[in-house]
Amino acid sequence: MQIATKEVSAVDMVKTALEKAKRFENYNIFISLNEENALRKAKEIDEKIKKGENPGRLAGVPYALKDNFLNPEGNSTAASKILEPLGSPITATAVEKLEKEGAIMIGRANLDAFAHGSSTENSYFGPTKNSKDEARVAGGSSGGSAVAVALDIVQFATGTDTGGSIRQPASFNGVFGFKPTYGTISRYGVVAMASSTDVIGFFTKSADDMDLLMSICAGQDPKDMTTLPDYYNQTPAKDVKRIGVIKDFDNDKVAPEIREALKSEVKKLESKGCEIVELDMPTLKYALAVYYIIVPAEVSSNLSRYDGIRYAYRSDDAKDLADVYSKTRNDGFMPENKRRIMIGNFVLSSGFYDAYYLKAQKARTKIIEEYSKAFEKCDFILTPVAPNPAFKLGEKVNDPVSMYLEDVMSVPINLAGLPSLSLPVGETKDGLSLGLQLIGPRRSDKNILAFAKELA
Amino acid sequence: MKYEITIGIECHVQLATKTKLFSEVDNDARGKEPNSCVSPVDYALPGMLPRLNGEAINFAIRAGRAMNCKINGQSRFDRKHYFYPDSPKGYQITQFYHPIIGEGYVELPDGKKVRIEHAHLEGDAGKLTHFDTYSLVDLNRVDTPLLEIVSMPDIHSAKDAHDYCKALWRLMCFAGVTNGDLYNGNMRFDVNTSLAKPGEPLGTRTEVKNLNSFRSVERAVEYEVKRQAKLLDKGEKVVQETRGWNDATGETTGQRSKEEAKDYRYMPEPDLPPLNLSAEFIAKQLENFPLMPSDYREKFAGKIADDTLEILLDYPALMQKLAEVKDAKRVSNWFASVLLAEEKSAEYLNDLPTAKQLDDLAEMTEKAELSSTGAKDVFLHLFDPQMKTRDARTIAKELNVLQENDSSALEAIVDQVLQDPACAKAIEDFKNGQEKVLGFLVGQVMKASQGKANPAAVQPILRQKITDR
Repeated sequence: MQIATKEVSAVDMVKTALEKAKRFENYNIFISLNEENALRKAKEIDEKIKKGENPGRLAGVPYALKDNFLNPEGNSTAASKILEPLGSPITATAVEKLEKEGAIMIGRANLDAFAHGSSTENSYFGPTKNSKDEARVAGGSSGGSAVAVALDIVQFATGTDTGGSIRQPASFNGVFGFKPTYGTISRYGVVAMASSTDVIGFFTKSADDMDLLMSICAGQDPKDMTTLPDYYNQTPAKDVKRIGVIKDFDNDKVAPEIREALKSEVKKLESKGCEIVELDMPTLKYALAVYYIIVPAEVSSNLSRYDGIRYAYRSDDAKDLADVYSKTRNDGFMPENKRRIMIGNFVLSSGFYDAYYLKAQKARTKIIEEYSKAFEKCDFILTPVAPNPAFKLGEKVNDPVSMYLEDVMSVPINLAGLPSLSLPVGETKDGLSLGLQLIGPRRSDKNILAFAKELA
Repeated sequence: MKYEITIGIECHVQLATKTKLFSEVDNDARGKEPNSCVSPVDYALPGMLPRLNGEAINFAIRAGRAMNCKINGQSRFDRKHYFYPDSPKGYQITQFYHPIIGEGYVELPDGKKVRIEHAHLEGDAGKLTHFDTYSLVDLNRVDTPLLEIVSMPDIHSAKDAHDYCKALWRLMCFAGVTNGDLYNGNMRFDVNTSLAKPGEPLGTRTEVKNLNSFRSVERAVEYEVKRQAKLLDKGEKVVQETRGWNDATGETTGQRSKEEAKDYRYMPEPDLPPLNLSAEFIAKQLENFPLMPSDYREKFAGKIADDTLEILLDYPALMQKLAEVKDAKRVSNWFASVLLAEEKSAEYLNDLPTAKQLDDLAEMTEKAELSSTGAKDVFLHLFDPQMKTRDARTIAKELNVLQENDSSALEAIVDQVLQDPACAKAIEDFKNGQEKVLGFLVGQVMKASQGKANPAAVQPILRQKITDR
């Protein structure tokens, strides 16, 4: 991470980042820029350096904030119409920790509204374009964050990952994207999608940078009762010998170039002395179905607070209370939001709960058990992040199921709460980014990043 | 009566914790501006997460103990969804399916037992005030901790319904978990009533919601019994429904029928881990658990008159004090007939005299150093902000109400009175057998002693002296 020093001023770093952000405006990366605050803070950092005070481990480092993090600087829209007017009185715990170390938010990055999507095409503010090919999607839901890092506008960006929302856009844009163990970083102040799978993570250009961000942001937070006791910085080092690969994922539904990339990475690992373990994980094929029951259920619940009564958008032509609810929510949500709310309400409704939600929870337990068994045989698992490289804008918008299939390799990890690093492994012959993910047991976050450093 | 009455009662108790169930905001909104006790967690800003209040767990466990209930080591919160402006999150966080408190019972004063099915923690809703063309929302009450106590259908008369609610209220007050202010909704009762002919299965029930006095519970049951009996007599059916209570007319009216009941789409609350309480933790919460009304009844049986005890059992602070003093009988009478008759008694309850002060006062009265009037006077001054820090004897001296019992001192006064020519006729009359003039003479002695002589001590001295003359 390049931090501000006496030689390189924070003001210059921030100015450069803002200039780049404007230069790449056509990619639609940012929902809003944070110029005034960013420059003011940069000046403060430079003052500190001048006075010889400690400016923090991220002094003057410009970053992009996925726009589902709350922070009083600008509106926290979650890329939705319904939250477009929302100014927040509070700061998310993760943001607080970053800023305490001197990091400077230069803009709020685009996403699929409420993080519902795999392409950033569900944003109320329009899609973000892929950093390698403007005709293609950035991936999602953290598309803006991935592209901001890929185009070197910022040194890092925040993301959230509920079913692949960090890892898939990272792989589509050739950057590192890390989804930590569930509960490692506080979710306080981050717009909830699905509480039981949501995690906070980052996009960076290196595993080293990722480790630094994790060591700053990980930790128990009294404001989030699902956070784990502090463990990240105390993780003992681990000698990695066995890498698992999943037999089922080597099939013709996965793009040949991705299968090639996996094979060459496996060879590289073997040459480094790793043992490759073939894993049979038959339950994983149910993960997508389980995910699209549990996540919409939680989504429908978490989105019910957006009712137009207390804050943000309310429909102007509501005549009575029922109107306030139906018109506000109908105007305020994107079609994909509504689709998930409806699925969620359906699977939770009386008479269907046992058949869908409860059964999905049982299957989820099986998936968790299957991973536990797999990690008896290997230290990490290496798989593709998504079945294909970045697809064309508009290609899947009218086919929700094929869009959901994009998540088939990323969602099981969220259901099991495991850490997973999406790391860049080269490009297709057309110059599209390729990524693979390294999955570890719960709380092996630091070891994954250490191993990725070795691989680099 | 030809129908058997079956009643089950759900009671919502507002727990008097310092902060709310899921946030750090002041839980006591009494006298505060609307929406002034509300945090971003309470008004459901995006990204806000509930943080479970440990004191509410402690209170729930203590309330459970008061009702002789099993405390469940494992409990869990669910989300109960509905759209209404009193519910900022769009759901209520409730333990309905996995409650912290299991089965138990509440004993009525006549010894009947009403079984408790379970009791669970949940957040309260906000308050709406409706006007012609708009409504105002006050979220001060949102997520005040509630303990919902569900009874078994073990109640069979309006009076028992009344007694159960009162017994429950006393238990919650004695356990110290609620302010117990019924007028302000600290405890609200939902009463389910059904009728059936003897030997037949239970009839269709109606639920009268949101009753906030024992009297209204009793009257609502009486009304429902009459209403349902009339329907059944005519061969008509009772509709299962929620009914509202009108205290002015003394009638219940239909609100919405259960057939249109909403689908609450319950699901486990993913933001709160399940609650696992160890036996040690539970035992720790029950340290210094106070005496309950039944304990006091046992303790004071035969010592304090039953009717006095029943009056005082509405006041946990008074009962606690009685348990500390030596002469509970005498002090209980001061509490019941002097203190509670005072206009400011409610204020006084928060700051009672020390056991030592009351013991001294009782001892002085016992030794006849004080007349009953003098004792009452001193007792009331124990609440006087100017005097309350002094001991009872000092106050008695300052009020100049200590009685003269010393016989030589009294004899001197009696001699003085008997030599007064104004008394000559009375002395003569007494000698001639007119007993009642003794009262006049005692009065003269009292006067001469400036009220300090103990009349009971004066009488025998007078008799002796007159006889000796």
